[in-house]
Amino acid sequence: MPGSGKARPRVGLFVTCLVDLFRPSVGFAAVKLLTDAGCEVDVPVRQTCCGQPAYNSGDKATTEAIAQLTIAAFEAHDYVVAPSGSCAGMLKLHYPALLKGDPAWSARAAAFAAKVHELVSFLVNVRGVSTVDATLEARATYHDSCSGLRELGVREQPRKLLRSVKGLELVELTDADVCCGFGGTFSVKYPDISNAIVERKAEHIAATGADMLLAGDLGCLMNMAGKLSRQGRKIAVRHVAEVLAGELSDPAIGESP
Amino acid sequence: MSAITSPAFKDNVRAALQDRQLQQALSEVAPGLAARRGAARAGLPEFEALRDRGRDIKDHTLAHLDLYLEAFEKKAGEAGSHVHFAPTAEDARQIVRTICRDAKARVVTKGKSMISEEIGLNPCLEADGLEVVETDLGEYLIQIRGETPSHIIAPAIHLTQDQVEADFRRLHTGLPAGRQLVEPAQLVAEARQILREKFIAADVGITGANFLIAETGSSVIVTNEGNGDLTQSLPKVHVVLASIEKLVPTLEDTNTLIRLLARSATGQEISTYTTFSTGPRRAADPDGPEQCHIVILDNGRAELLGSEFREVLRCIRCGACMNHCPVYTAIGGHAYGWVYPGPIGAVLTPALIGVHSAKHLPNASTFCGRCEEVCPMKIPLPGLMRHWREEEFSSGDTPLLYRLGLRAWAAAAKRPRLYHALARIGIPLLAALGRRRGAFRRLPLAGGWTRYRDLAAPQSRTFQALWADTKAGVPR
Repeated sequence: MPGSGKARPRVGLFVTCLVDLFRPSVGFAAVKLLTDAGCEVDVPVRQTCCGQPAYNSGDKATTEAIAQLTIAAFEAHDYVVAPSGSCAGMLKLHYPALLKGDPAWSARAAAFAAKVHELVSFLVNVRGVSTVDATLEARATYHDSCSGLRELGVREQPRKLLRSVKGLELVELTDADVCCGFGGTFSVKYPDISNAIVERKAEHIAATGADMLLAGDLGCLMNMAGKLSRQGRKIAVRHVAEVLAGELSDPAIGESP
Repeated sequence: MSAITSPAFKDNVRAALQDRQLQQALSEVAPGLAARRGAARAGLPEFEALRDRGRDIKDHTLAHLDLYLEAFEKKAGEAGSHVHFAPTAEDARQIVRTICRDAKARVVTKGKSMISEEIGLNPCLEADGLEVVETDLGEYLIQIRGETPSHIIAPAIHLTQDQVEADFRRLHTGLPAGRQLVEPAQLVAEARQILREKFIAADVGITGANFLIAETGSSVIVTNEGNGDLTQSLPKVHVVLASIEKLVPTLEDTNTLIRLLARSATGQEISTYTTFSTGPRRAADPDGPEQCHIVILDNGRAELLGSEFREVLRCIRCGACMNHCPVYTAIGGHAYGWVYPGPIGAVLTPALIGVHSAKHLPNASTFCGRCEEVCPMKIPLPGLMRHWREEEFSSGDTPLLYRLGLRAWAAAAKRPRLYHALARIGIPLLAALGRRRGAFRRLPLAGGWTRYRDLAAPQSRTFQALWADTKAGVPR
């Protein structure tokens, strides 16, 4: 495994476009968690987005260009870690599939994919983190974002670390593994369906009685937060990394300062 | 072919979401089917290994389909069946019409068959003056209502029990008005009573086939009502409608697939009735049809064999992808606008009616991956939907505004310096605009989002800008 012999493996943070643009606090939370887990964190400037908006719209040429850009940006790192199961899944599974017919890129894509991880599963599975030093008095529920869950097997890791947060009560969400209706560009191409799905999700969230909703993907979080806020429900929505890192000084997603 | 309303998908969706009875029906049935499938899977430790075997059996069959079709034709012929190959839907209709005409048929009973829906058989037979009676309860319900199936194994899943009771009271006028029709069993009993006369009167019985076995020349149907057996054994002529991908090499292979089918479809270990039919009645048989015809439809499938869509032909039509789909369970099957709804429809329909007509279907998916996760044949449904999106994009069929937006975004996303420069200007502006409330209730160009949801405002500046400051020693 790359970097496993080193005292401080060099981790390249794939920030994700939504965290970069909308919620930098998640990026800083990720840096803190990775540093606490004994990693040296670097943030390459030559990264933008994982390319899913193009990939899922059928635009292969643009996706390939973005994939090549991203792969090149992280070649010097031992690991590539993203605070998103969806983007990490894109980097880890879809880049190699996309570039496998390209002799100049297939080996580079495979080597890149081997070192890509979603943040929380990286902490638990690769760095052996089993507890975090954080405190939060809250009753929280957790939504399993689809790509992280089904493409990368992210399920127990966030729950395990959340259980170590002092004061936090974790209640399970009915149909936690069912899509929230975000789906990237789907949410704006088919808003009526997306809304019907997130309405159902919001009902399940409200039924838990939790005052906080957590997940590992900012897209899903913004979708659910936007619906809960439109419905006037007082449920704070945050990325799981913010809670694990104790980075709670910023207002929850979509809340006023 | 059945009427196509797939191009009006968005209108269909709006109507479906506003249809209270549909929403009530969907909320009751589909989650139940998904839960039963989950329990059946949990009860069979080798289920995942079985999925691998199922996939391998189908992949092998598809790779040698010409040989297995020939072998099936030979074996079925030896058993006394007539095998007809139908390249198109029109060919299949003509074959069945001719069989009915030759049999001087007046009444035709039918077991459940999606191929019959695909080729639009009923209107064509009715135009020939035949009385066509669907004998599967769900199919019977939608036939008397003049509707089409909204699910491939539960065709009347969109109906509530109250609607069924009202239809029965309206149509079955010969029965006592004061009769009880509250329990599902009472509805089934009444349908049975009505259908029994039809079974006896039928001249031709048409069924589908879950499998065609090359080793024996047999067709297999699985049902829970036994209607298929009466349909195929009582009339003097039995017609099997199947498509080319129903071929399975051996009886042993069929067993593997049957174990997957019932569990994935309804959570049963095995369907109530699993019937193997080989040829017409033999001299010593107590009953059975005098003639057996097997119509094998291509209708564009052979073309898929050599394409990137080949894997869709592994489908055994269990419907699990629908029951687990957040989109299907929100809008039901009719909104998809043609015979095959849900994730399997989103892949198969563009192949059968053209990607231009069906282009919404592969687009209307969140790619949540649940369909692929539960598919007993491990069909990579989201990946195949993405292939359709690629075809749409490369043929220039993507809507212009969307294409332009994508192009503008791509121009920046491919150039990190430009991207970050633009973000450093735009994001603080947007953050300042949204600072007071923390979210936008309305925003130009974001109507698709803000119609139903608030949009969180950016926190302040981009992460990259803040990180550059941090590295330069500026405190956050």
